[in-house]
Amino acid sequence: MSVLEARELVVDIPGRQGGDPLSARILPGQRWGVLGPNGAGKTSLLHTLAGLRPPRSGTVLVDGEPLAVLRRRTLAQTLAVVFQERQDSFPATVLETVLIGRHPFLSPWQREGADDVRLAHQALDALSLSTLKDRLVSTLSGGERQRVAIATALTQQPGIWLADEPTNHLDLHHQVAVMELLHQQAEAGAGVFLCLHDLNLAARWCDHILLLYPDGELCFGPADTMLVPEALERLYDQSLSVFTVNGKPVFVPA
Amino acid sequence: MPATSRRPLSALVALGLAGLLALMVALSVGSVSMSLQELWAVLLGRGNALHDTLVFSLRAPRALSAFATGGLLALAGALMQVLLRNPLADPYVLGISGGAAVGALLAMLLGLGAVLVSGSAFAGALLSTVLVFGLAQGRGSWTPTRLLLTGVVIAAGWGAVITFMLTLSPTEKLPGMLYWLMGDLSYADSPQVAWLVLVPAVLLTLPLGRSLNVLARGPLQAAALGVAVKPLEWGVYGLASLLTAVAVTTAGSVGFVGLIVPHMLRLVLGNDQRIILPASVLAGGALLTFADTLARTLMAPEQLPVGVITALLGVPTFLFLLYRSR
Repeated sequence: MSVLEARELVVDIPGRQGGDPLSARILPGQRWGVLGPNGAGKTSLLHTLAGLRPPRSGTVLVDGEPLAVLRRRTLAQTLAVVFQERQDSFPATVLETVLIGRHPFLSPWQREGADDVRLAHQALDALSLSTLKDRLVSTLSGGERQRVAIATALTQQPGIWLADEPTNHLDLHHQVAVMELLHQQAEAGAGVFLCLHDLNLAARWCDHILLLYPDGELCFGPADTMLVPEALERLYDQSLSVFTVNGKPVFVPA
Repeated sequence: MPATSRRPLSALVALGLAGLLALMVALSVGSVSMSLQELWAVLLGRGNALHDTLVFSLRAPRALSAFATGGLLALAGALMQVLLRNPLADPYVLGISGGAAVGALLAMLLGLGAVLVSGSAFAGALLSTVLVFGLAQGRGSWTPTRLLLTGVVIAAGWGAVITFMLTLSPTEKLPGMLYWLMGDLSYADSPQVAWLVLVPAVLLTLPLGRSLNVLARGPLQAAALGVAVKPLEWGVYGLASLLTAVAVTTAGSVGFVGLIVPHMLRLVLGNDQRIILPASVLAGGALLTFADTLARTLMAPEQLPVGVITALLGVPTFLFLLYRSR
């Protein structure tokens, strides 16, 4: 199982000077939620952790190896990214799309084998997409495409999940199903790191919370210490009412 | 993909057979036509002298040039479409043919021989490639949109230069120039260079197919799935430019093959580059060989520019497939 570590990491956000350096370790089994208002740099942080954009300073390490020295292919065998935005310029079916999650594991001359196809089918099942497997992705709804993206990452069998708003476009049922799936992944030993907009999903499913303020200030810790109304109200500049449902806090804009 | 792999493989076989057929027809049809038996005898070295000369000195070099040029253009087009993630891209979209045309027309204006015209066209193509690539880098990063816009603008610039040169040209040189601009295989008598580039290029792109499939989903997704995006993009750009330059040098700027062939195949075979790239080579080769045979026989002894035929064949076929597709 893999450990993702940020050491004195400052994300490079154009037009922002300074910002707190982040030093944190995402251990196997942990479920991290990143909260912050629009433009606070959640996606930039996620991309930096994935090695997709260079940090302003500091390093990101996977199992003690700095990303700068890791080959992309090696990294992709342990770390999967679910993007917020996707590009499909060319038509492809759902099954083909999910199968590209096996790309890092195959040599250039190798074709997807029966095992790869089986993993793809399992991922489709896990996201209730099996009936759509031959559909073109371009004909799907936003929520269905979101599930295809998660299924692609699942096919990658990652030890570390970096997901940018994985519940975007999803209906209530699928929001819960996806968070449950990520929970299972964590229980099986994966480290999960999510950018979220929904405080209540974060409260219910995450054990660690990172708060990202627009000026680059940040703080993190166990969920129950971070999800306090005063901090969240300052974070979003929005007053909140808090209720308790099934022992978990529920936040509602006041 | 076990469930879907049979159809594409049989499609490759069918396209290969179509290519062979196009070559056979090209060898046997012309001012003196040959039956299949006669052609077979010639190929086995048992034909009469006239047939030998016709096949080996005249028709084979031209047919093989046509096949290689078609293959080069279709492969370059398929690569450019993935690179720019734009289905409208073709080998000429980045101004390569414009640069080549200026080079070729300049050599023709100066009254240079065929070899120098080719050399000058190749130099023009490379100049254009370097120019577009350098300018698209700009001061910031290199994005498909920027590359595309730079290419389109440079192509427009070359277009103006070409028109200017045509207006200055003496009347007797105009037909040759116009034929070159439309694509013409009349002088393509040495197919060796085109084949020497085409075969290694196909072998090189085959193992890249899956990486290109991933790249087609955008650079971030590709990087997240372990593709070294920048080296791949630069390599594909360089390769597609070289293929186009060689094709343009061989046959002038033949239109439509590079845009339409990969597209038609995508409509029928799906979008797996591992199938599309080799299929494009075979289909492009077959199409151009067939079109060139028509170009030299339809109005014989007059020869039509082959680009006219590819456009006349390609446009309705493409529109039909597009109309029928989901």
